Amino acid sequence: MADAQSTAALWGAVVLSGLYHGANPGMGWPLAVSAAMMEHRRAALPRAIVALGAGHFAAMAAILIPFSMLTLLLAWQQQIRIGAGALVIGLGLYLLIHRRHPRFLSRVPPGRLALWSFLIATAHGAALMLVPIYLGLCADPEAQGASHAAAARLMGENGLQALVVAGVHTLAMVCAGGIAATAVYCWVGLKVLNRGWFNLDILWAISLVLVGALAIALAA
Amino acid sequence: MTVRPDPTFHASPQLAMEAPPEKLAFTLMLSPDFSQPDGVAVVNVDRRSAHCGKVVNTLLMPNRGDEFHHFGWNACSSALSPLNGHPFLERRYLIIPGIRSSRIYVVDVKDAPKMKIHRIVEPEEIFAKTGYSRPHTVHCGPEGIYVSTLGGGGKDGTEGPPGIFIMDCESFEVIGRYEMDRGPQDKHYDFWWNLPRDYMVSSEWGLPPQFENGIVPADLLSNKYGHRLHFWDLRGRRNVQTIDLGENQQMALEIRPAHDPVKQYGFCGVVVDTTNLEGAIWTWWREKDGTFNARKTATIPPEAADPADLPELLKGFSAVPPLVTDIDLSLDDKHLYVACWGTGELRQYDVSDPMAPKHSGSVRIGGIVQKGRHPNGKAFQGGPQMLEISRDGKRVYWTNSLYSTWDDQFYPEGVEAAMVMAHVGDNGGIALDKDFHVAFPEGYRSHQIRLEGGDCSTDSFCYPSAR
Repeated sequence: MADAQSTAALWGAVVLSGLYHGANPGMGWPLAVSAAMMEHRRAALPRAIVALGAGHFAAMAAILIPFSMLTLLLAWQQQIRIGAGALVIGLGLYLLIHRRHPRFLSRVPPGRLALWSFLIATAHGAALMLVPIYLGLCADPEAQGASHAAAARLMGENGLQALVVAGVHTLAMVCAGGIAATAVYCWVGLKVLNRGWFNLDILWAISLVLVGALAIALAA
Repeated sequence: MTVRPDPTFHASPQLAMEAPPEKLAFTLMLSPDFSQPDGVAVVNVDRRSAHCGKVVNTLLMPNRGDEFHHFGWNACSSALSPLNGHPFLERRYLIIPGIRSSRIYVVDVKDAPKMKIHRIVEPEEIFAKTGYSRPHTVHCGPEGIYVSTLGGGGKDGTEGPPGIFIMDCESFEVIGRYEMDRGPQDKHYDFWWNLPRDYMVSSEWGLPPQFENGIVPADLLSNKYGHRLHFWDLRGRRNVQTIDLGENQQMALEIRPAHDPVKQYGFCGVVVDTTNLEGAIWTWWREKDGTFNARKTATIPPEAADPADLPELLKGFSAVPPLVTDIDLSLDDKHLYVACWGTGELRQYDVSDPMAPKHSGSVRIGGIVQKGRHPNGKAFQGGPQMLEISRDGKRVYWTNSLYSTWDDQFYPEGVEAAMVMAHVGDNGGIALDKDFHVAFPEGYRSHQIRLEGGDCSTDSFCYPSAR
C-alpha cells in the first residue's frame, strides 16, 4: 500500500504536524522567550527549545514504539490500523466535548520544561496524532514473508522507523517553535502573545478526528 | 472561552502599563451594622467623562452581614503562560468573599457598568471542602483561583489553622486545600507569588477572635497578632521557610512582590511596632541559594497627641500610631504607596533601590487627630486605607474604612464611605485631585477597589518587562 506517492504524502504529514505542534504557543515556545528574558541571555532560548523538543520526542517515541511492536501481529494489520484510527478519533471527540486543561499539568515546576513538554504532548494527543501516519509508513508485512527471521527484521525496522518518524516530527517542531520564539524575542515583542495567539482547541480536536478517519479509510 | 486571549491580559508589566487607562473602578461597599446588604459600586474614573468620580451603578447582594473586604478577578495576565493552560479565559468575573459570612459571590461584570450575580458559593461548601473560613485575598494562579482565609473550622474559626484553598477557574467549584505541608504557619492574611520562579509568600494578621469583634488590646500588647512571613514552594505546595519579623512587629499584612518576575524581592507592611508605635516597611528577598531573607527598610513614627483628642484605645499612649494598613507597588516597581490609616497620610516611597526606600511624596487627609479635609472642603472620615494604583502608575485611588469593628474603635464618630484619587507627578510626588471625591449610598463604608482591566494588586506576570 505504501507506494511512492503516498509515502511522500505521509512524510509530509509527519513534517507538517511537527511544524503545527511547534508553532502552537500551547506547546511551549513562549516559555523559551521567557527563559531568555528571565536569564538575560539569548543562549537560554535555544536551550529551552531543545528541552521542549526532548520532551516532545519522548512523548512521540513513548506512543510509537509500542505500536511498532504491534506491527508484528501480521494477521491483524488492518484491525490495528482501524483501532488506532478509532483511538485518535475518540481522543479528538473527547477533547471537543471536554475542553479542559488537566490540572496536574499546572503542578509541573516551570524549570522542568522537558517533563512539561512530554506531559502536554501526551495529554493533548499530539503523540497519538502521529500513530496513523506512522502505521501508514511501516513496512508492508505481506512483502516480508512470515519467517521468524523476517519477523525480527520487521520489528527492528519498524522500531527504527518509529524513532525516525518521532525524530523528523520533533525536528520540524523544534524549527517552528524556535523560529517563533526567536522572532518574538528578537523582533516582534511579547505583544504578539495576546494579539496573535489563537484558540486552536477546536481545530486541534478536529484534526485528531480527521487524521483518525483518514487512517481508517486507508486501512479499510 | 474566546478565540484570542483577553486584551486585558498582558505578557509583561511594561505592556500592562502601555494599555489604555482605566475607565471604570469597582469598589466594595459594606454595611457596618449589617442593616443593609453589602454590594459593589461601579465608579466612573474616565477623566474625559462628565460623570467622572460618580457611582454609576451598584449591585447589592441577596444576603446581609457578609462584610465585604478584599476581592479579585477570575483571571489575570498570568493566563498568558502556556504552563497554566488557560490563555482563553476572560477577565470577566469578580470573586467577592464575605469575610464575616464566608460566602463567596461570583459577579459577572462583562457588560459593566451592568453587573449580575453569576454564582454564589455558600459557606457550607467552603467549610465542608476545606475546613477553612473567612475568605480574604483572591488571586488567579496556576491551578485555578487561590483564596486565602483567616479562620479555620468551628464557630469561631479556631479549629485548625487557616490557609489557602483553590477554586476551579471556570465552574467556581471549591476544589480543596492548597497546602500539603504548611510547616509552622498557623495564621494567615495575604499571599502573592513569583510565577516563573515558582515561589509564594504569605503573611499573618490574626485569628477570628482577635479581629471579628474589634482589636483586642491585651493581645496586641502581648504581641499575639501575626508577625511572620512564610515562603512556599508554590507548585509543590510546601512551606519552605518562615521568617519571624520579631514579635513586636504586630500584624504583617500586604505582600507586594516586584511585578517584574526577574526581580526576586518584594515588600510587606507591618501595622504597628508595639515597642514604639511605629509602622514599618519590610523588604524581603530571595538569595542566590534560594533561601529567603527580610529586613526592615523604612519606619514611620507615631505623632504626639493630646489624649483628649484620642479614642479610648489610644488615650494611654498620648500618640497616634501611623497604622500601616495597606501598601501597593506601581507596575514599574518604582513607587511603593503606604497608607497610614491612623495619622491620615498617604505616603509615596521611591523603591528603585528596594533595600533603601526613599520617602518621595505625601498627602494628608483624614486621620484620628488631624481630620484633614479634602481639597474640595468636605470632610474625610477615617484615613487613607485600601489603595489601588492605575496601571500606568499616574493615579492612586483609595478608600477610608479598615474593618467594621476596628473602624468603630479608632474612629468612633464613624467612617462614611469615601473614595479619592491623587495624581502622581512625572518625577514622583503626589497631589490630591480637587474634584474626585466619590459619594456612596447612605450608610455604607467603602473598602477595596479594583480597576477594570486589572491593576497593581491583581495581575501576575510570567514574562519580564525588558530583555
